Amino acid sequence: MAHRIEIGFGEGIRDALGEKIRKRIIEHLRIPVDSVQTIEVYTIDGPLAPGELGKAARGPLSDPVIQETAIDHGIARGFDWLIEVGFRPGVTDNVGKTAGEAIALLTGKPVRVYTSRQYVIRGIRDRCALDTLTRADAERIASELLANDLIQRYDIIDGKTWDPAAGIKPYVPRVMGENRPRTEEIDLNVPDAELVRISQERVLALSLEEMRILRDYLKNDAILAHRKEVGLGATMTDAELECLAQTWSEHCKHKIFNARIAYDDGEGNTREIDSLFDTCIKRSTREIRERMGTNDWCLSVFSDNAGIIRFNDDWNLVFKVETHNSPSALDPYGGALTGIVGVNRDPFGCGKGAKLIFNTDVFCFAPPDYDRPLPKRILHPRRIYEGVREGVEHGGNKSGIPTVNGCLVFDERYLGKPLVYCGTGGIMPARIAGTPTHTKEILSGDLIVMTGGRIGKDGIHGATFSSEELHEGSPVTAVQIGDPITQKKMTDFLLVARDRDLYRAITDNGAGGLSSSVGETARLSGGCELDLKKAPLKYPGLNPWEILISESQERMTLAVDPAKSEEFLKLARKMDVEATVLGRYTDSGWFHIRYGEETVVLIEMSFLHDGLPQMNLRAVWAPPRHPEPDFPEPPDLGGALKAMLSRLNICSKESVVRQYDHEVQGGSVVKPLTGVVNDGPSDAAVIRPLLDSFEGIVVANGVCPRYSDIDTYHMAACAIDEAIRNAVAVGASLDRLAGLDNFCWCDPVRSEKTPDGEHKLAQLVRANEALYDLTTAYGVPCISGKDSMKNDYQIGEVRISIPPTLLFSTLGKMEDVRKAVTMDVKRPGDLVYVLGKTFRELGGSEWYALHGAIGNGVPRVQAETAKALYEALHRAISAGLVASCHDCSDGGLGVALAETAFAGGLGIAVDLKAVPAEGIGRNDELLFSESQSRFVATIRPEAQEAFEAALAGCAIARIGEVIPDGVLRIDGLGEKRIIDEELAALKAAWQKPLAF
Amino acid sequence: MSKKISAIVITGNGTNCELEMAHACRLAGFDEVDIVHISELLCGTKRLDDYDFLNLPGGFLNGDDLGSAKAGANRILHAAVAGGRERLFDQFARFIAAGKLILGVCNGFQLLVKLGMLPDLDGLYDRQTVTLTYNDSGRFEDRWVHLRANAASPCIFTRGLRGIYLPVRHGEGKFIPQDEEILERLHRQNLIALQYSNGEYREATTDYPANPNGSIDAIAGICNETGRIFGLMPHPEAYLHRTNHPRWTREELPEEGMGLALFRNAASFLRSNSF
Repeated sequence: MAHRIEIGFGEGIRDALGEKIRKRIIEHLRIPVDSVQTIEVYTIDGPLAPGELGKAARGPLSDPVIQETAIDHGIARGFDWLIEVGFRPGVTDNVGKTAGEAIALLTGKPVRVYTSRQYVIRGIRDRCALDTLTRADAERIASELLANDLIQRYDIIDGKTWDPAAGIKPYVPRVMGENRPRTEEIDLNVPDAELVRISQERVLALSLEEMRILRDYLKNDAILAHRKEVGLGATMTDAELECLAQTWSEHCKHKIFNARIAYDDGEGNTREIDSLFDTCIKRSTREIRERMGTNDWCLSVFSDNAGIIRFNDDWNLVFKVETHNSPSALDPYGGALTGIVGVNRDPFGCGKGAKLIFNTDVFCFAPPDYDRPLPKRILHPRRIYEGVREGVEHGGNKSGIPTVNGCLVFDERYLGKPLVYCGTGGIMPARIAGTPTHTKEILSGDLIVMTGGRIGKDGIHGATFSSEELHEGSPVTAVQIGDPITQKKMTDFLLVARDRDLYRAITDNGAGGLSSSVGETARLSGGCELDLKKAPLKYPGLNPWEILISESQERMTLAVDPAKSEEFLKLARKMDVEATVLGRYTDSGWFHIRYGEETVVLIEMSFLHDGLPQMNLRAVWAPPRHPEPDFPEPPDLGGALKAMLSRLNICSKESVVRQYDHEVQGGSVVKPLTGVVNDGPSDAAVIRPLLDSFEGIVVANGVCPRYSDIDTYHMAACAIDEAIRNAVAVGASLDRLAGLDNFCWCDPVRSEKTPDGEHKLAQLVRANEALYDLTTAYGVPCISGKDSMKNDYQIGEVRISIPPTLLFSTLGKMEDVRKAVTMDVKRPGDLVYVLGKTFRELGGSEWYALHGAIGNGVPRVQAETAKALYEALHRAISAGLVASCHDCSDGGLGVALAETAFAGGLGIAVDLKAVPAEGIGRNDELLFSESQSRFVATIRPEAQEAFEAALAGCAIARIGEVIPDGVLRIDGLGEKRIIDEELAALKAAWQKPLAF
Repeated sequence: MSKKISAIVITGNGTNCELEMAHACRLAGFDEVDIVHISELLCGTKRLDDYDFLNLPGGFLNGDDLGSAKAGANRILHAAVAGGRERLFDQFARFIAAGKLILGVCNGFQLLVKLGMLPDLDGLYDRQTVTLTYNDSGRFEDRWVHLRANAASPCIFTRGLRGIYLPVRHGEGKFIPQDEEILERLHRQNLIALQYSNGEYREATTDYPANPNGSIDAIAGICNETGRIFGLMPHPEAYLHRTNHPRWTREELPEEGMGLALFRNAASFLRSNSF
């Protein structure tokens, strides 16, 4: 029989979570409540005696100093409504798992524990003692704030009928094994309409053409003969179909990036592009590496789970950025948590495996104060914001990886799908046991070993689901919740195993699960044979195809030399990590999967990986024209600057940054927040991965989707420039800087649903051309990347497509972190410089957006000029000539000057007439133009000569100085002083919007 | 020739500050510093008895799923060491009885408190009388704080310190004693070694954010009566070099970070005749 243990805070103890929820009920839902109290509930399913229940309750489950416990009765008293929220069957319950382990250790008895939480709510009573809180209010609180119906269930209990002695009856959300595992055969010899239906119903996300290829594959006599030997016929098994759908998904195969594209440039010229990936991204890296010659520091690019570069003779760096958009749309917390712990496994599963040393996150959301009706199945942006923030907090902090850098981008179109970019870097020894670590080798006969978590139904169809738009039937099982601690235990173990050279190769289980991890690594030996029945399951009843493609988290797949397997498994047992031999790698040329003795998949490796024909697509570019705004220069530019500082894309993100541990591992050098009171916005992060060395790493990002409304070429160019100049601003050098591209697009394939697909594809082509042009101009090679192509929402008539978004991330090596520079002004009397020229480039700017306009004059990167500036600036920084340096991005020079000043707590007095500019006649335009490749720097007066000499030939100018008074004083292009604002007021405007 | 001294840094199950903790021990001059996974202790290949200084670093033991360090404390109390009848707890008890040094930082402090090893007013090692719980803000916070040292404290680690500037990085750091009597004894016996304070280390403060979590009487770190067991929420191992300081690019700072002083005190005590 199951029992319930309830844990609540004692009298007079502050319930911080309850407080937070109360605030959210009032702020998000505008329902007045007096108090919220939380009670943790553990439902114990196991043979515990009453004494043991008491020991568990007062032992590991509660804090005797501040909490009280109750067994099989209720703690709550005197409330209006009680809402209890628990998980649906099969949803990962990390706390329940830990509680079960703790109780087993305490009592020696195996138990299953399921957790839920009560929110005990009291309304505000008015003088007439009328109930102000209705059941409908409680329903709203439960469904719109506390519970996510996809993964959680809730009960609402009326305070008037509550009997604490009886409490709530225990409910055990056990997964019932509904069937005996079985494999279904699917006949593909059916009419086309039926093929399409099969693809849709099974969430295969395969096109009719692809379904036909699968159908025809089974018409080959040689293949049929071989199938017959293992008991398979001329129909496809569900496992085969699912496995092929995963492997051939847009998510895994990047069909659009590899497509043959006929590109019409809108001026009557049509060009053929044979794979954007090959001709733009890989080609750029190849050319840059050729130029570097013997100094090439790239080690592994585009071939593994992450990119690998050299750090020094003894260490390599690894970096990867991924997105987890679709799951985060459905369950922001679980989706984002899985996003971060998922991308952790990429560097970890790269080469021989890297120790993880930093995270970086970029989120794109709709504004949190969105106040119009929400389309069906869309969660409120504020809820997405809080959920994603918390998911990444738990994933990053609990994994002990510092979140060193990131940003938040707001645009209403991210209502359709939020973008959750998570990146992770790692470091690994350059050699282990004398062998380089950046390559992978697997020999026929090596064992396939899975380690870490168990397999459940969670995350089934994640890869195919993310290859579609968000629609009515988007599958619930695609959502999952990660468990950072299971993963941490596994990575602790695998790093020891790696250093003892106990495995040959490692890869992660992400999208597509085993079908993908084993399918990919089996290419190295030339085949595999694996028994799904050996895989450890979370609960019985999974069909073989489900085991094969489940995306249950925290799992790595390893190739282990049979001679070392015993030692490997022994170490796993000792360190309390599950490791299971599932089969072996072969050189048979076949991907052979069994369930016990029964073969459920037999596919040629060549068909699995190369059977998919190249897509043929058409792209047509037609540059949009937007009306030019015609508002006059506002008289109050001080007020305008404050309005700009309060823009969501500009304002302080401190409330989010503080909740991420950005210093764990002890190597923090430039933190995300800097300045006289530690709250200015750093341009990039600098960390020291080896504590006994001063060699460092620079990490930065660039993202500017608003420019996509004008031209994605310039959007991409600006994102790349931003990521590079952010890195340069803190001291990175162009010649040791690597890039990562991460494209999030709206569906660029023309169809009935997407009539403008050719335009969106042309946008993709243009962004890639910019990527080629810019990365080659700067000599910054991309080492890895990712794309997510279906970021649309379609339910009924409502279609929302995100703005095409490229996140460009940079990773640089810094020879000596003690040369790093931060963005805050340092001393009164220092000279203020602007580096780089300002043009009238306000198209897509925050200034125009503030006036409800887009315009057309999008910023254009002049890479050759910028490169010279970046190199010169790097020389100046290396020589110790620069006191502060801050890049100009959203909000331009005006915002950069204000941030520089208030971060340092000292005023700045400048004259706009001195700013290097061209074609600008208005103060507002000079202040807020978003021309690229510019910085605000401050210099000690005694360094002036050397600094100007170092930057000779670049467009720089001294525009004023740092002053002791706490004001920003700007003289305009005319005779007038146009801004004279207290720093405190500017800073308050900047800090207020997101200070929740 | 001075005595050889050794330090053990325990890791595993979600601990994550072990590298910088070990680095601090090395910089402080320990002759031998081992990062030991808890499984090594449980299977008996390593023993606490072989070390002089036990470090319990920060992290999230078992995700802090049952409240900070609760599941971790449960393990130490109840897990048996292989090949004998000993529990891990017995090794801890022996270590303390031998007068050796224990430092718990953040999650390690939470662990010591929940085990009952701090403040341990009755010398029983296993009765919890204070706790560390959710910050008043209801959120995890990473921020630097000023800490005022109590010159009258018997704490070995804070000897000679007036104040120290370190980061906190926690969601459950609010110090609450079981009752007034316990609090009064902590004050009377000067077991409150560190308090959150204003910028000049002059006065303890309960004002947010200088006191980042709402700790009663601004308590940031406490020791036991012998001063040999010490726990604190802020991270001394996060400030070992001036480049760790959030304002190192704008202030004149000594090369060595302030956090190292605690480890140096531990080392000199262990080398001294009083040990």
